[in-house]
Amino acid sequence: MRSDLVLIHEWVPAGAHILDLGCGDGELLDTLAREKNVSGYGLEIDPEGITACIARGINVIEQNLDQGLANFDDNAYDLVIMTQALQALRRPDLMLDEMLRVAEECIITFPNFAYWRHRAHLGFKGYMPVSKSLPYAWYDTPNIHLSTFNDFEQLCRQKGLIIRDQAVGNGDHEGHWTARLWPNLFGETAVFRIGRRAA
Amino acid sequence: MIVQDTTTLQSTDATMSGMPADSVGLVTPQKAHFDTPLPLACGRTLPSYDLVYETYGELNDDRSNAVLICHALSGHHHAAGYHHKDDRKPGWWDAHIGPGKSIDTNRFFVVSLNNLGGCHGSTGPCSIDPETGREWGPDFPMMTVTDWVHSQAKLADLLGIERFAAVVGGSLGGMQVMQWSLAYPERIANAVVIAATPKLSAQNIAFNEVARQAIRSDPEFHGGRYHEHGALPRRGLKLARMVGHITYLSEDAMGYKFGRDLREDNFHFGYDVEFQVESYLRYQGDTFSTSFDANTYLLMTKVLDYFDPAAVHGGDLATALEPACCPFLVISFSSDWRFPPSRSEELVDALMQAGKSVSYARIESPHGHDAFLLPEPRYQAVFSAFMERVARDLCLEASH
Repeated sequence: MRSDLVLIHEWVPAGAHILDLGCGDGELLDTLAREKNVSGYGLEIDPEGITACIARGINVIEQNLDQGLANFDDNAYDLVIMTQALQALRRPDLMLDEMLRVAEECIITFPNFAYWRHRAHLGFKGYMPVSKSLPYAWYDTPNIHLSTFNDFEQLCRQKGLIIRDQAVGNGDHEGHWTARLWPNLFGETAVFRIGRRAA
Repeated sequence: MIVQDTTTLQSTDATMSGMPADSVGLVTPQKAHFDTPLPLACGRTLPSYDLVYETYGELNDDRSNAVLICHALSGHHHAAGYHHKDDRKPGWWDAHIGPGKSIDTNRFFVVSLNNLGGCHGSTGPCSIDPETGREWGPDFPMMTVTDWVHSQAKLADLLGIERFAAVVGGSLGGMQVMQWSLAYPERIANAVVIAATPKLSAQNIAFNEVARQAIRSDPEFHGGRYHEHGALPRRGLKLARMVGHITYLSEDAMGYKFGRDLREDNFHFGYDVEFQVESYLRYQGDTFSTSFDANTYLLMTKVLDYFDPAAVHGGDLATALEPACCPFLVISFSSDWRFPPSRSEELVDALMQAGKSVSYARIESPHGHDAFLLPEPRYQAVFSAFMERVARDLCLEASH
């Protein structure tokens, strides 16, 4: 399993009713259903991902996340998860509001653009970074809102959201003290657990 | 008492008879007679009735591999295979039923029937009312989706099917699937609802009403007693079908198929057929008007209009869906404007609200509402993936 998914696995409470935005082939939901008895749905637009979910018996709904979550009621879920999809949305900030309307807590992972390898790629080589977490060329990437660990933290603070956990995954420095100390530099994937603004 | 017709199903090896290898081959319809009266939603009771049906594939020993096919407005029991070696066309859903197809007859035992009120052999307006000895005609009791589902359950009883592995249907057929999940939740293991809607819109009902008025205002209609007058309301039925047909196709599909093409090079400045689309619609209408019964058409459109399981729950579909306990697969088509994706999404949202198991795919297709009848790679992939999961969960082995 992808290392950001391993982290999420630890954070998801057993029996939670969850929504997985951009659920891909349903691997996370499948694992969480088997090991943590979660219920819920995955949202996806990729036809192959949708078929894969259906084949493995994971509930998947074809829905374009850029159109929001208006079809979901306030507080309908315990948790909303979005892995590696935020950066591909038109308005990540509005999606964050939507996620925390539908559930009190959300878990978000995205590629950290400030990861040292990405910086080196751009800073020394002078090319847009291409890596394991950013596998696309600049001209065909779906990632239209790349951000850094620090950027996202700042957005959460501006919105008054509570950051319950933050971690980094993947890369050479996973679990290493350098990544814990300097996540913005040594974390390839940013992983955040966010709660609604304090009343 | 239930009496089963003695006709046995003859399903031959398709390849032997020159039919496609993925066809169920030659099939023979069967007829089941039911003597137990069927109480209907309209308050009347059908004292006895026949249901005509076909089956494809083999029922396994524990009778767990049965799939029920529910037909749409002008559909019938002949969903797959051929009645005669020289049939030009196979059954109406042959694209999806057969060996290796989405509903794989190597694994599943498929049951497809003609609903009550139909005109293809099941008891309907063309049958004789046993009380009067006269053709039912317009006096045939009004049907509802609920009545159909009850009659289908009686057929399942007869066939020894306690629980369907899946109940599957498109359009009006999808409504029957929904009703199955509510009326007999313990008898349906999976539901596949394709190009359907939890209720008709005002526009849908309006189109149906135009179709009904076209039929009923035909001088040959004779208040529905046309057979007794040796007449047929062909013009009315033709018009009804023409209007219906427009709603089954998308604007793009019609544009692509016909555009503004003329039958001949120049305008004739008259009212005979000039554009290809006129020719097509007239042909469709003519064919239908001689092969379908007008009273059945009227009745089927009313069945559509009445369906609204949420109505008794103050319009709250999620509450109405509470009894359902099977996983659903819901499929819609992008260019369907009769029951557009938004109508399927209403159902999907309500199912999610009710916490039910549901997957939903919105298939890109230029073919409008008719897309549910046609083969399309992504549609087939989604449908097959779901049915394979159904087979896996039920531990069904392929028989060939």
